[in-house]
Parts: sequence; C-alpha cells; structure tokens
Amino acid sequence: METWSLVSICVLLCVTVRWGVSLNSYSGAGKPPMFGDYEAQRHWQEVTYNLPVQEWYFNTTDNDLNYWGLDYPPLTAYHSLLCAHIAKLINPEWVELHKSRGYESSAHKLFMRATVLVADLLIYIPAAVLYCFYLSDGSSKKKVCTLLCFLLYPGLILIDYGHFQYNGVSLGLALWGVLALGLGWDALGSMAFSLALNYKQMELYHALPFFCYLLGKSVKQGLMGRGLFLLVKIAVTVVVTFALCWLPFLSDPSQALQVVRRIFPVARGLFEDKVANTWCSLNVLIKIRSVLSADSQLYLSFACTLLAVLPSSIRLLTKPTFWQFKLALVNSSLAFFLFSYQVHEKSILLASLPVCLLLNDLPLMAIWFLQASTFSMMPLFLKDGLLVPYVVTSLAFLLLSTYLFSALEHSSEDELRLGGYRKLFFCLPSLDLACIVRWKFYISIVAMAALTFTTVAMAPPPRLPDFFPVLVSVFAFLHFLGTLIYFNIVQFSSPPSRKSQKKNN
Amino acid sequence: HLSCMHSKCSVSVGSLCLSLSDSHSTDFEVHRNWLAITHSLPLSRWYYENSSEWTLDYPPLFAWFEFGLSHVARRFDPDMLDVQRLQHRSPPTVLFQRLSVVCSDLLLVFATRECCRCVREQKPSRDLLKRPSFILAVLLLWNFGLLVVDHVHFQYNGFLFGVLLLSVAKHLQSRHLQGALLFAVLLNLKHIYLYVAPAYGIYLLRSFCFTQDNTDSSVRWSSFSPARLAALGVIVTSVCVVSFGPFVLLGQLPQVLSRLFPFKRGLCHAYWAPNAWALYNVLDKTLVTLGVRLKLLQEAELPKASMTGGLVQESQHALLPSISPSVTLVCTLLSVLPAALSIWLRPRGARGFLRCLVLCALGSFLFGWHVHEKAVLMAVLPLSILAVESREDAGIFLVLATTGHYSLFPLLFTPAELPIKILLMLMFTLYSFTALTSLFSGHGSLLHPLEVVYLLGLVVVAIACEIVYPLTPWQQTLPFLPLLATSVYCALGVCYSFVRLYVILLRQEVKSKQL
Repeated sequence: METWSLVSICVLLCVTVRWGVSLNSYSGAGKPPMFGDYEAQRHWQEVTYNLPVQEWYFNTTDNDLNYWGLDYPPLTAYHSLLCAHIAKLINPEWVELHKSRGYESSAHKLFMRATVLVADLLIYIPAAVLYCFYLSDGSSKKKVCTLLCFLLYPGLILIDYGHFQYNGVSLGLALWGVLALGLGWDALGSMAFSLALNYKQMELYHALPFFCYLLGKSVKQGLMGRGLFLLVKIAVTVVVTFALCWLPFLSDPSQALQVVRRIFPVARGLFEDKVANTWCSLNVLIKIRSVLSADSQLYLSFACTLLAVLPSSIRLLTKPTFWQFKLALVNSSLAFFLFSYQVHEKSILLASLPVCLLLNDLPLMAIWFLQASTFSMMPLFLKDGLLVPYVVTSLAFLLLSTYLFSALEHSSEDELRLGGYRKLFFCLPSLDLACIVRWKFYISIVAMAALTFTTVAMAPPPRLPDFFPVLVSVFAFLHFLGTLIYFNIVQFSSPPSRKSQKKNN
Repeated sequence: HLSCMHSKCSVSVGSLCLSLSDSHSTDFEVHRNWLAITHSLPLSRWYYENSSEWTLDYPPLFAWFEFGLSHVARRFDPDMLDVQRLQHRSPPTVLFQRLSVVCSDLLLVFATRECCRCVREQKPSRDLLKRPSFILAVLLLWNFGLLVVDHVHFQYNGFLFGVLLLSVAKHLQSRHLQGALLFAVLLNLKHIYLYVAPAYGIYLLRSFCFTQDNTDSSVRWSSFSPARLAALGVIVTSVCVVSFGPFVLLGQLPQVLSRLFPFKRGLCHAYWAPNAWALYNVLDKTLVTLGVRLKLLQEAELPKASMTGGLVQESQHALLPSISPSVTLVCTLLSVLPAALSIWLRPRGARGFLRCLVLCALGSFLFGWHVHEKAVLMAVLPLSILAVESREDAGIFLVLATTGHYSLFPLLFTPAELPIKILLMLMFTLYSFTALTSLFSGHGSLLHPLEVVYLLGLVVVAIACEIVYPLTPWQQTLPFLPLLATSVYCALGVCYSFVRLYVILLRQEVKSKQL
C-alpha cells in the first residue's frame, strides 16, 4: 500500500480518536461558581471580544481578574479574540459580557471542541507528519508507525480534548521550531519558537536548549564571519517577532509590566495541589513550605533548576548536533518540571513532546516515559470524569506502540544505550542490565494499572484523604527522576556505533 | 501472529468507541428494556410485556442471551433491571451496555480469524499489508457499518454477524453440520437472517445430502443420503425446540410469532432503506406531481400519500398499485430464484454457496417488506470474502460497500456525530480502495469510469444534505428531502450491484455449459 494512503488513514484515525475523546466531559463541567479551564477559555473569548486591548490584563469593573483573569501571553489573547468573532457569528450569547458567565450548552461545547480540533489540524498535526517523514530514519513503514504513535500520545489528547486546553498550539509551534532547526532553517525555527513562547510562557522550559543549540552552532561556524551573521539574523528575528506580538502593549510601559506580572505570578507558592515534582514529593517527608520563607523557596528552586539544567546545556553548547538538541530538550524540560517554581501537573506535556521525538530511536524508554506521564495526570482526569477515555487511550497506546516498534524485542543493552550505566556498574560486570530494565518496565506498568484501579475502586484511609493522589505523584516523580538521569547519561555517552545503527534500521 | 494483532486492533477499536458514551439512541433503551424484561419477569410474560413501547421482538434465543447478560448487569446497576424504569440511563448502565457489545464482538474476531484461514491466496507475498487475509480481516473488523451501528448507535450486530461468518467459514472448510448448527442458532437469535435461509437450504440439500455428482455436475439421485438429511433435520429441530419449546408448551406461539413478524408496520422503514420500493415510491410521487402539473389528474381525488412523512405507518400509493406484504414476498422469491436454481443445477462448491448467499441477502433487501438500511450489511460482509479473491467481485464490493455505508449516514444525525461518521467513512473507503487496488494491481483499474463518477456523486449528495440543506429554507417545508435524496441515490447503486452480481453468476453458468 502506498505511503500517502497509510499516512492519511493514520491521520484520520488520530483525528477520530481526538473527536471521540471530545465527546466526553470537560474540566469544571456543571460546577459553579468557578467551573474550570473550559470556562476560563470561554471567559477569555468574552473579555477579548468586548473590551479594548488596554483593559485585557488589568483589573477593572468589567474585567474581574479573580474570575479567570488572563494569565497567558498576548498570542493566546489574539487566538481567543479570533474564536470569539466566530462565536459571535454563530450565537452572540456565548460571548456576551457578564451575562455569558458559566454558559454551558451542547452546541457551545461542540463549538469549543471544534476550535481545538481546527487549531490542531492547522498547527500540530502537519508538524508531526513533516517531522516523522523528514527527520526520523527508517523505512517508510517505520515512519508511519512513528507518526501513529506520536499522534496517539494519550496525555496531550486527554488534556486538550478532555480537560480542555490549547496545548496543541504552543507545542505545535515549538515542534515547527524543532523541525525548522533540524532542516537547517534557523531563522524560521527561531521565529516559530518565539511564537510558541508568546503563546504560553511555559515554553521557557524549552528555551535554553534552543538558545544553546543556536549559539553553539554560530560559534562552530566561527564568531567572526558566518557565525556572527547567523547570530545577528536570529536575534533580529526573535526581537521582531516579540515586538509584533506585543505591539499593542508597547505603547505604555505599565501595560507591558502588567502583562509580565500576570504571566509570572511569583506571589503563588512553591507548588500548588499534587504534582509529581521534587518539592511536592519532598513535602511528604519535610513540610518544606512551612520550613523555608517564600524568598528562600524561590532561590532554592532557582538554584536546583540551574544545577539540573547546566550539564546538558553545556554539553549541547560544545556539541551542537540535532541528536544532542533533542536530548537537551528532554533534559531541560524535565529538569524545569522537577525543580522549578509553581509547576502544574500539565507541564509534563512539555517534557513529553521531546520524548515523542525520540520514539524512533529509543522506543522502550520513550513509551515507558509517555505512559508514566499520562499516569501522573490520572487524578486530574478522574476529577474531570475522563476515566474511560484515559483507560482506553492508554491501553491502545501501550499495546500499539510496543507492538509496532517491537520495543520489547529490540531491547538489548546496545539498543537501550545503557553503555553509561555499564560504566557506572563496572564492579558488577555480570549484571544483565537490559533484562533488569525490561522487568522494571513490566512491574511499573502493572503498578500503574493497580494504582489506577485502587484510586477508582477503593476509598482512601480516613485520616489521609489525599493518600492516592500523593501516592500517584510520588510514583510518577520517581519515574521522572530516573528518566532525567537516564537521558543525561545518554546525552553524555558517545553516539551508537555504525554496527548497531545498521541493526536498528 | 496475524490474529493476535487483529484481536488487539479490534479490541482497541471497539473500546475506543466506548469513549463515545455521550451518544443517545433508542436502541439503547430497547436493549435495556429487554434486560429488564428477561430478568425481572417470568418466562410466560416475556412476549406479553408492553409497559414500554419497545417490546421484545427477537426470537427466544436472543431473549436468553439478554437473560444471561442481565445477571452481569446486576453487578453494575440493579436499577436498570426494573421494568418500570423507562429511559434509565445512569453511567454504570451505559458502561455495562457498551462493554457487553465490545465483549460480544470477540465472537466476530474469532469468526474473522476462521474466514481468513479459508482465503485462497493467488501469490503469497511477504508483506503483511498486501496479503488477502489481512485485508479481509480489516474489511470485516473495521467495517464502517458495524462500527457505526454497533458502537455509536447500539446493537449486537457484531456478535450476530460473527455467528453468520463463522457458519460461512465452516461451510468453506467443508464442515457442513457445524455450519448448519450455527445457522440454526443464528435464525433463533435474529429472524432477519431468514433472508439468506434459501441459500442455506438449497445448498445443504444439494451439496450435502447428495454425496456425489454426475460428471456434468447434474444431480445424481442415487447418491441421496437419508442419514445426512436426518442429521440436518435433527440439528435444526433441536435448536428450534430449545428456543421455542417453552413457548409452545405455554401455548404462546401465536403471540410470539405476531411479535416477531409485525406486518402492521409500513412498506418502508422510517428512514427509507435504499431498495426497490424506495424507487417505486419516488416514481409514484413523481408521476403524481407530473400528473397534477399537467392537469391530467385531480389533486383532490388522490389518496393522501403518507409514506413521505417519515413515520412508520401503513402506506398507500397514490397512483401506482399499492404493495402488500404478499407482493413483496413474491418479488423477493422471484429475485432469489435464479441464484437458488443455479446452485441446485450446477453447484460450484462453497464459493458458489457464498455467492448465492450474497444474492439472497441483496434480493431480500431490495424487495423485502419494511427493510431497515442496516440489512445491507448482510450482503456487504459476506461479499468481502469474495472481494479479496476475485477482481470483479472487488469492483462490485467497492460500489456496494461505499453506497451501502453511505446510506447509513441518516442514522447519525446529531452534529456531534457528524465528524465521527465522516472520518470513519473516509477511513474505511480509503482503505478498501487502496488495499483492493494494490491487491489486484496490474490489470487496469477495478472500477469503470462511470462507477467512479457515481461514487464521486455520493460526495456531492453528502455535502448537499449535511451542509447545504440545513442552510436553505427547504428545511421547514420539505423535511424529508435529504432522506429521500440519500435513499434514491443509494438505491441506484445497490440495484446496480445486484444486477452485476447476477451477470457474473449467469456468465459462470454459460461458461460451464460451454465446457
């Protein structure tokens, strides 16, 4: 069968899965007074449509910032404005100032879901198709398999089409950036990434690798001459993109400052709710939020994040290849997730995207991490009433990906790049590391299934009402920490030998 | 290895459709009601209960199936088994019902595996995607019609078609007694399979009871085996006794039969299956309109045409003679007769039987009384087996399957389901076209250019009905127009496929006569 038909069927299948998940509940459905992320997006459409630009980020009588105030950069606001115009054409009640608060209807739900799908179809899916076809190696059948698993990653589908967010836009733009850099179009790549940054400020997790890669590439090309020219070109592109996005806010410095204050709320604590990072897990043993003052919490997280991110970034600076870039993206976003300030559980998606890029090269570890990341968001899905889609999509993804990549068969020590670990465990030469990894994978999957079942079926012990979410986040934290260490070791180990690369293909 | 992957695929597909827990359909309430009836009421009341409008109208074996399911249902939500609780729709109820469809679909997976084993491969290829058995498996398990009717709507067709396909597979493997047993069970599960009973009857009588043929394939009367006939009789009667026995003992047989065969319903189902009577109705309406326009008829004299109201009622035709159930029966039998005769006079083994089965199903679909669009699947699914083995059948399959599947579109009419049906239809059509074309590559295209034009016309009809029509003023004045357009357009394709299948059959007759 020809490749184009296989790709079309793939894409159609993934779009069907997305729409199938959309038919389920969304966050905050039927839960006044605050509802959830769905209502937040609708409210932003209302605000951006009815109020002038100067009032979007300010607390006025018409714009109550306590009720889902805008806290993303301007591009999100412009996107909401576009959606609001379309909403007005269909049914003006959806964006009426003040009166449309808490508006819920099946027609409106269809409209909102359709906006997510359209954004995905325009931005995320084409980027994924182009990436799998131009920047991953293997036969065309392998590329189609990679595309299928890439697009079927459950975490993104459940958050965007279930909980309700527009991560597809920011992650898609970042993916376009990665794609452009991989093809050597550095200016276009930087423009795409700047747009991603201007859509969601969390893309800063990916900013350091982009910076180090481009800087390293310019230095390699010689700081006098072509390298400098490249650097200047990129800098100009970035500045122009930012200026264009922030244009309405640049007329008045207080405007720009207010936007910055909204998108970086340093007044909130070290972490909120249960999230699978270091601070929340540490909190189980030491109540870190009460031991340290707010300022010292900030400095501590800053220092730890910097320490965690430094090795990978320096390695990328010295060796700016595309492979190193992909690994650095993973390491940087994971480090930020684990040690940064005010991290939400949904931010794990920022680490999942680079891991999806590695599906072809390190299938077993990538699948394991992607499964763990979906699992870490399970309490959120349960709260939104998305249990059935969660179970179905996770099972489908797990079975399909392990089958299509033959992940469990191609898991020799060489293929898993365990060379670095071998050096660490030099005192135990007879240890079968590959077998240990496989067994850990099996046990981990069974544990995830068991934890899901117990969270749903059993009631928590009476004195610890948050027992199961905490258990889930600690379990996921251990996985993420292990993944960070693993990908750092892989980044520092030498590239695979020619022989094993031929075997992979 | 192959089947392992397929079972994984189909299970994940089936359960993916579980995500669509938002869709509502009347069939859902129908089956919930039947769970309640079989669980809460004694046997003697099963076919008399009518507190809900959805009375039990499937044969007793299906009622026993629902009875078995109801015991599992009790674990999920005992409230759904209360007969008086109409329209009960709690999340555990929905979950249980959908899970039951997915689990019963496992029988379809098993049947597909058996059918794939019987497929003859002309040139075995190493590429998994190019092998006929793989293509057949995908065409059967991912059939758009089954997906939509079973998982989006709600029925147990996957399970029932699994039994049918298993029976066919047994015949293809020459295990005729098992095949006969399975068909007897199937008839007692859903009596709509009477449509294909003539094929079974004639084939078993001719090819199984007469153990040998003469050299020119005519009947060798001396080789009649009464033992085999007796075996068949015992099987069929014992299944019927198990199923209907209790009701005969209670003297309820007339009531059961009246429930199973409700002839009070109209000639055409509410959504107008794309069969010959749809064309007949349209012809009638057109002639009336023309006659009134040309002042040949008086409008006041004509009886009110009621079949265009979209409701299920007795209908009268205005100009052309009205059709009664006996007329449809005669037409059906006439349409099926040549096929039955051909496997009597010149049997071509199990594949001839399969062809006759498809023709019986299609003939009954075209001329039957109160046919539902879903019945076209009875012809499409067995035709898939023939399609992966012969070029011509593949071409006919593409036309029939695409047309038949498109005619199911009006069943899903909510805006939320619109993307689902379009996406699934696109996927299945794309796959069937590309897979069958690559399977039979090298001898020109599978479809005649006119057929391609007809199929592209489906896209035009789809756009007109789904997108253009709701925006026009006709939505208030002529609400049945999209249904009419869909039925008539698809009826043309279905009739065309029927004719072509007959042509192939008769051409085979002529060829074998010449030999």
